[in-house]
Amino acid sequence: MLLIMFYIAAIIAVVSTGAVIFSRNPVYSVIYLIISLFAVAMVFYTLGAPFLAMAEIIIYAGAIMVLFLFVVMMLNLGQNRKDEDLQAASAKALVLPLTFTTILAMLTVLALAGAIPAPHAVGTSSAALGKALFDKHFLGVKLAAFILLVGSIGGMHLGRASSTPDTKETRI
Amino acid sequence: MFPANEALILSAILFSLGVIAFIVRRNLLYTLMSVEIMLNAAGLAFVAGSAIHGQPDGQVFFMFILPVAAAEVAIGLALALLIFKRCKTLDLWAIARIKEE
Repeated sequence: MLLIMFYIAAIIAVVSTGAVIFSRNPVYSVIYLIISLFAVAMVFYTLGAPFLAMAEIIIYAGAIMVLFLFVVMMLNLGQNRKDEDLQAASAKALVLPLTFTTILAMLTVLALAGAIPAPHAVGTSSAALGKALFDKHFLGVKLAAFILLVGSIGGMHLGRASSTPDTKETRI
Repeated sequence: MFPANEALILSAILFSLGVIAFIVRRNLLYTLMSVEIMLNAAGLAFVAGSAIHGQPDGQVFFMFILPVAAAEVAIGLALALLIFKRCKTLDLWAIARIKEE
């Protein structure tokens, strides 16, 4: 059962990653990437890492990809926007993502209902992960905090109104 | 017990798909997305290695990949917005030509 789940998730991950590369509309690419990350989270579940599966869905698919989607929609990319807006409503474009998300949702429900139990692992359980993270690798946790601090400061600096090129040119 | 070897093969496939996306697409947003794909594939390899060896260290390293990816996306998207404001395009070849002139 676990192997079947792994293969379904792996096939969905590979196909939707391919669709990321070859779809014309950036919005579709971001949505396919979200599906791919969801499938990789399923693979994490079959590898005995349920905590990382949740972290993948919440942080990667939930936070990072929504930021991507936000920027893509803000930039309004694409040659002819009118056609793309019409395409977005067409049923043909929705078939593949809807199929993938339905299969993944069914797998999630099966896993939550206990039909696909998470593999029993002693060394790699969530408790072992927490112990290793905050005991052996605590310096790494601090470094991760610094990375996030630097990232937020950098994003704030780049997003300041005075660092936009227009105002700088007028000042010079 | 775990499909760990298959997961390593899957991570190799996903990483090469990310490299292909990095090379094929000329849009700056797609390059950022392919970096995400590659980071995720590397994390999958870490988790598979953790399952093979029965040690939690690989999972710990995936926990370190997450903030790196988040910071990279935050700064990369801010830079992409600035470049779009300045050059009115995200086509990398067009941006390179602008820099030459």
